[in-house]
Amino acid sequence: MRPDFSNASIVFRHCYLSVVLALIFTLTISLSLFAQEEAAPVDSLAVDSLALADTPLPPTNIVAEDQPHDGGGAITVTWDASPDDFPGGKVKGYKIFRAEYNGGQPGEFTEVGDVPAGKPEYSNEDGNTTDGVLYVYKIAALNRAYGADGDLLEYLSDSQQSGPVTSSAQWFHMPRINVLVAVVLLSFFIVYFIQKAKTGKELYIRRIAGMEAVDEAVGRATEMGKKIFYITGLGDMDNMQTIASMTILGRVAELAAEYETYLDVPVCRSLVMVTGREVVKESYSKAGRPDAFKPDQVHYLTDDQFGYAAAVDGMFVREEPATIFYMGQFFAESLILAETGNSIGAIQIAGTAMPAQLPFFVAACDYTLIGEELFAASAYLSKEPKLLGSLKGQDIGKGVILLALIIGVLLESFGVWQLSNLFMVK
Amino acid sequence: MEAAFEHFRLWLAAFLTLGIFSFLYKDNPWYKLSEAIFVGISAGYWFVVLFWDNFFGKFWVGAGDYTMQWLASVFTGGESPSAEGVDLMLWIGAILGFLMLLRLIPKIGWLSRWPLAFIVGATAGLWLINYIASNVMVQVQATMVPLFSTVFGAGFDAGSGVIIGGLVIFLGTFSGLVYFFFSKAHTGAFGTTARVGVFFLMITFGASFGYTVMSRMSLLIGRIDYLLGDWLGMIK
Repeated sequence: MRPDFSNASIVFRHCYLSVVLALIFTLTISLSLFAQEEAAPVDSLAVDSLALADTPLPPTNIVAEDQPHDGGGAITVTWDASPDDFPGGKVKGYKIFRAEYNGGQPGEFTEVGDVPAGKPEYSNEDGNTTDGVLYVYKIAALNRAYGADGDLLEYLSDSQQSGPVTSSAQWFHMPRINVLVAVVLLSFFIVYFIQKAKTGKELYIRRIAGMEAVDEAVGRATEMGKKIFYITGLGDMDNMQTIASMTILGRVAELAAEYETYLDVPVCRSLVMVTGREVVKESYSKAGRPDAFKPDQVHYLTDDQFGYAAAVDGMFVREEPATIFYMGQFFAESLILAETGNSIGAIQIAGTAMPAQLPFFVAACDYTLIGEELFAASAYLSKEPKLLGSLKGQDIGKGVILLALIIGVLLESFGVWQLSNLFMVK
Repeated sequence: MEAAFEHFRLWLAAFLTLGIFSFLYKDNPWYKLSEAIFVGISAGYWFVVLFWDNFFGKFWVGAGDYTMQWLASVFTGGESPSAEGVDLMLWIGAILGFLMLLRLIPKIGWLSRWPLAFIVGATAGLWLINYIASNVMVQVQATMVPLFSTVFGAGFDAGSGVIIGGLVIFLGTFSGLVYFFFSKAHTGAFGTTARVGVFFLMITFGASFGYTVMSRMSLLIGRIDYLLGDWLGMIK
C-alpha cells in the first residue's frame, strides 16, 4: 500500500522519522569509527580498513648519501615513492632497514626507523652511524589494516637495496657561509674601532639612565647606613648576561668600598661565587680598601631557583637594604624578588636580556637596563677604549642592518629581489 | 607503615607550603623555618645531583675509572682495560675543576683563575656564532617581508591586515634597533625614531606582562590543588 501524502501531518511524520533514523545511523557509524580509532595503536603510521588489506608496490631508486655539512654520523636516504603512495592509497608509511656492508655483502638488516606516507626521505639525524663504516639501506612500503578478527595486520613490500655509503664529517657548513661573512664583517668593525679608540680618539656614548643612577643608589645606602644587595640572577659563568653582570658588580663594589658601605652578593652558582669574589676583591683593592673586603660578602645559597628566591626574599625583609641591583639572567623569580625589594622601599636597578622578565623589572624597579643596555653598561661605566671601541663597532653593524632592512623591504615589496634569502640560516 | 609515612609526607608538604605562603602576611618564624629547610635541602640535593651526574656519571665512567684501571695494569703488569667508550678529553675538564680547588691554598690560589678564564673565553666564542645566527640573521630575514603582497612577487594582492602587519613589524624592528644605538645622541629625527622604538618596547612588555602573569597563575593553582586536593581531599 502506498502511503498517503495528501495529509501534511503524515508527510511531516515521515520526514521526522527519516531524520531520526538518519541521525541514529550516523551516530552508530560515528561511534563504531570512534571505537576503532580508540583501539588503534599509538603510532605515526595510519591504519587502513579491511578493503585495502594488500601488499603495496615497493618504492624504487633508493639512494643513500652522506648527509652534507654535518659533523658526521648521519646518512640521508631518498627514494621514488611507491605507485600506491597517494592519499587513500595502500601505502601508510615506509620502514627503513639498515645493514653493515662488508666484503661486498650486506650483513643482517635491522629496522632503524619509519616515515609516514608521502615523505620519501629519511635521515638519521641523531647521528647513530659510525663514520668510515659502510652501510646499505632497504626501504619497504607498509600497509596496515585490521583483519576480520580485529587484529592489526601489516603488509610490507619488497625492497631494492641502496648502494653502499658511509657517513663522514665536513669541515665547513657551506650554506652557513653568510653567518661567517656577518661574523667577519662585525669583527672587522669592532677591531677597527678598538684600534681607533686606542689611538686616543674620543668615542661618544649616549647616556644610560640606569647606569647614571648607580652613584646615587650607592650614595643613598651610605647616607641611610644600610646594606647594598647585588643579585646576579640564575645564570652561570657560561652566560653572557652573568659575565656582563660581573663587570657592573666591579663598579658597584668599587663605589661601595669608597663609600664604606657593605655590599652583600648572594649567589646561586658556585662559579659565580668564585668569580664574584675575585671581582669584588679587586674592586676593593682598586678603591684602596683591600682590608674592608670580606670573602663572605659574596656567598652561595642554593642552586635551586625558588629556594634561592625564598632565601633572598627573607634577607631583604630582615636586613632592609637601601639599594638592590638585579643584573644578569632571571626567570620566574624576577617579580618575586623585585616586588619584595619594592615593598621595603629600596631603590632598585635591574638589567637583563630576558624578554619575558623585563616587564616585571620595568614595573617594579626604579631603573631598568633593557637587553643590550646591560652589555653596553660595562663600557659606559669603565670608559675603557677597548669596550668603547667594541660598542662603536657593534653600532656600525646595527647601521648596516638598518640599511639592509630598508633596501630589503623595498626590493621585496616591489617584487625586485628577495634580499632576505641572503640572511637565511640553514 | 607506608600509609603512615604517606600521611606524614602530605602533612609536612602542606605545613611547608603554608609556611612559605605565610610570607605574604609578613616575615615570621614559620617562614624562616620553611625557608631554611628549603634552602638547605635544595643545596644538598643539587650537590648530590651534580656529583653523580658530572663527577661520577661523566668523568668517572668516561675516563677516571679507565685511567685507574690502566695505571693498575701498568704497575702490576696485568692486562690493559678495554678503551671502548672512553673519552680522555674529560681529563681536561677534571684538571680545570681541580685547579678551582686550589683556591684553598692561598699561595697557588691564583691558578683557580685559569678555569674561569677558560669558561668565560670559550662561552664568548661559542655564543658569538649562535647569537649572530639566531638573533641577527633570522630576525633580519623575518623582518624583510613584502609590504604589499602576501608572498614575494605576487604583485599588490595584500589586504589591509597584511599591509598593517608588515608595517608594524618593519617599524617596530627599525625603531627598536635605533633605540639600541649607543654611540649617537638620541636627538632630532634619530631621537624621535628611538622614542617610537621605546613605545614599541613598552607595548610588547605590557602584552608579555599579562601573558606571563597568566602563566604564573598555573603555579599558584598547582599549590592550591595540592592543599585542597591531595592534602584536604576537598577537590577530586
